[in-house]
Amino acid sequence: MSSAVTTIAPPKELHLRADMTIATRNRWAMADLADGMHLWRLAWALGWLDIRLRYRGSMLGPFWLTISTGVMVAALGVLYSTLFKIELKEYLPFLALSQVLWGFLAALVSEACGVFTDAEGVIRSVRMPFFVFSMRGLIRNAIVLGHNIVVIVVVFAIFRMWPHPGSLMALPGLLLWAIDALALTLLLGGFCARFRDIQPIVNSIMQIAFFMTPVIWKPNQLSASGIANLAFNPFYDLLEIVRGPILGSDIAVTTWIGACVYSVALCAISWAFFVRARGRIAFWV
Amino acid sequence: MTSRALIEVKNLSVLFPLYHGSSRSLKKMVVAAASGRLAQDQQQRVVVRALTDINVHLESGDRLGLVGSNGAGKTTLLRVLAGIYEPVLGSLRVRGSLNALLDPNLGMNMELTGRENILLRGLYNGLPRSALPRLEEDVAEFAELSDFLDLPVRIYSAGMVVRLGFALATAIKPQILLMDEWFLAGDAVFMEKARMRLEEMVRGADILVLSSHQNEIVRQWCSRVLWLDQGKVLADGPADEVLNRYTGSIPHHPADALV
Ligand SMILES: Nc1ncnc2c1ncn2[C@@H]1O[C@H](COP(=O)(O)OP(=O)(O)OP(=O)(O)O)[C@@H](O)[C@H]1O
Ligand SMILES: [Mg+2]
Repeated sequence: MSSAVTTIAPPKELHLRADMTIATRNRWAMADLADGMHLWRLAWALGWLDIRLRYRGSMLGPFWLTISTGVMVAALGVLYSTLFKIELKEYLPFLALSQVLWGFLAALVSEACGVFTDAEGVIRSVRMPFFVFSMRGLIRNAIVLGHNIVVIVVVFAIFRMWPHPGSLMALPGLLLWAIDALALTLLLGGFCARFRDIQPIVNSIMQIAFFMTPVIWKPNQLSASGIANLAFNPFYDLLEIVRGPILGSDIAVTTWIGACVYSVALCAISWAFFVRARGRIAFWV
Repeated sequence: MTSRALIEVKNLSVLFPLYHGSSRSLKKMVVAAASGRLAQDQQQRVVVRALTDINVHLESGDRLGLVGSNGAGKTTLLRVLAGIYEPVLGSLRVRGSLNALLDPNLGMNMELTGRENILLRGLYNGLPRSALPRLEEDVAEFAELSDFLDLPVRIYSAGMVVRLGFALATAIKPQILLMDEWFLAGDAVFMEKARMRLEEMVRGADILVLSSHQNEIVRQWCSRVLWLDQGKVLADGPADEVLNRYTGSIPHHPADALV
C-alpha cells in the first residue's frame, strides 16, 4: 500500500495532577524551557515566517523598515541637532543608534503581550512548550533589528566612525537583552492572555518611557540631579550597556549593576509567574 | 515501540472560568436559569463545568469511543488527554507517543506552499532533520497535489486544502491516537482513500480514542464506549451495549440529524 505511514511520533510521558506542589510545577516549567529550546528550529522558522507574512508581496520586504527608520533618523537628526544646538556629526550617529535600539525594545515589549494569544490555534490543538512562542517573539524582533542595523552602518560610515575593539563590549549587553526579552515575553504573554486590557497600558508605558529615557536627547543635557534620577529608569541602564560601548563612551559601573539588578528582578518575577501560570495559559488564550 | 502505552485519568474535572465575558450579567443569568452546568468556584467566578469527575483507564489494545450530545465534553476530554488542558481537579497520566487530530489545519499557513507546510509540520512535531524528506514524500504522495505542492496553499481549492490537512495530520504514526470528528468530512472519492489511511493508522496505534456523532463509525472502530452527558460519565462499557442504550435514549438525536 503506497500510503504507508512511516514517520513515527517521538515518545512522551506525561503525569499531570491538579494539586501539584511548587517543586513539581517548577520542574514542569523547567521542562517547558528545555523542550522549547529543543524546538529552536521551529521557533526560528516561525520567527522568519512572521516577517515574511508581514511583508508579503512587497518587493523590498523588511527593508521597508530600514528605509523608514533611515528617513526618520535623518529628519529627526537635522531637526533636533539644531534644536539642541549639537553638531550633526556628533548627534546623528548617536540618534541612529539610539533610535534603532529603542525601536527593537519598544516593539519587543509591545509584541510580548501577544505571543500566546497570537498562537491560540496551535496552543489549543497540540501540547507545545510555551517557550517556543517566547523564542519566536525574540527571533522575529531580532530579525527586524538585523535589517535596521544597515541604518547605523550607513550613518557611521558617512561620519567616518569606524568600529573599535571596545564595541565588542556591547555583546554581553545584547546577551542580557535576549535573556530579558525571553523573560518578558513569558511574563507579559501570560499576563496579557489573562487580562486583555494590559496591552494598551503597556503601550502607554512604552510611550512615556520613550520620552523619559535619553533616546533622542543626550543624558549630558540634564542637570546633575536629572542624571542621578536616571538610575531609577531601567530602560536607561539597559539601553546604555549596549549603546555606550558602540559609541565609545565610558559606561559607569553603576549602570551595569543597575542593568543586572533590573534583569534579575525581571527574571525572578517572570519565573515565579510562569511556574504558577503555565498550566492555565491554555485556558486563557 | 519502547514501552507499553497507557492512559490513566483519575477523578478528573475541568472547569472553564468565563474570563473575557461580562461575568456580572452572566451571574444574573445563572441565578435565573439555575442550570446545573454553570456554577461558581471558590473565587466567586462564573465557571462552565466541562468535565466532572471522569475516570478512565486505557492500555495497549484499547479502542475507546466517546459519544454524547453537543457540548457533552468530548472535545474537551480529548484536549485533556493530549495534555493541552491540564486537570483542574484530579490527575492524568499518559505514557507513549501521542498524536491528537483535533484541528484539521493545525499550524497550516495559507501563504506557504504545500511543501513548506509539510516541513513546518515536521518542525512542530519535533522531528529530526533526517525524518523530513520521508515525511515530505509521504504527504506529497497521499495528497496528490503534484505541481500544486510548490504553490501557496492560498490558491488551492477547498478540497485540496482538506487533502493536504488530512495527509499532514495522518503522516505521523503515534502509539496513542486521539481523533475528533472533523476528519469525517470530505468528498466521496477522497473519503474512501482517507478511510483506508485512517484505518491503517488506527490499526497501528496501541490506543485509540475517537469522538464521533456517527455511531456506525464508533461501532466499527471501537471496542469500548464512554457516554458523556453534561460533562459526566453516563455509561462506560462494551461498544454495542452502550451504543444501544445511547441511541435508545435519544430517538431523535439532534446531532445525528445534522451529520
Ligand atoms: N474554552 C472554553 N471556554 C469556556 N467554555 C468552554 C471552552 N471549551 C469548551 N467549553 C464548554 O465545555 C463544554 C464541553 O465542550 P466540548 O467542546 O468538549 O463539547 P463536545 O462534546 O465536543 O461537543 P460537540 O459534539 O458539539 O463537538 C461546553 O459546554 C462548552 O461550552
Ligand atoms: Mg467537539
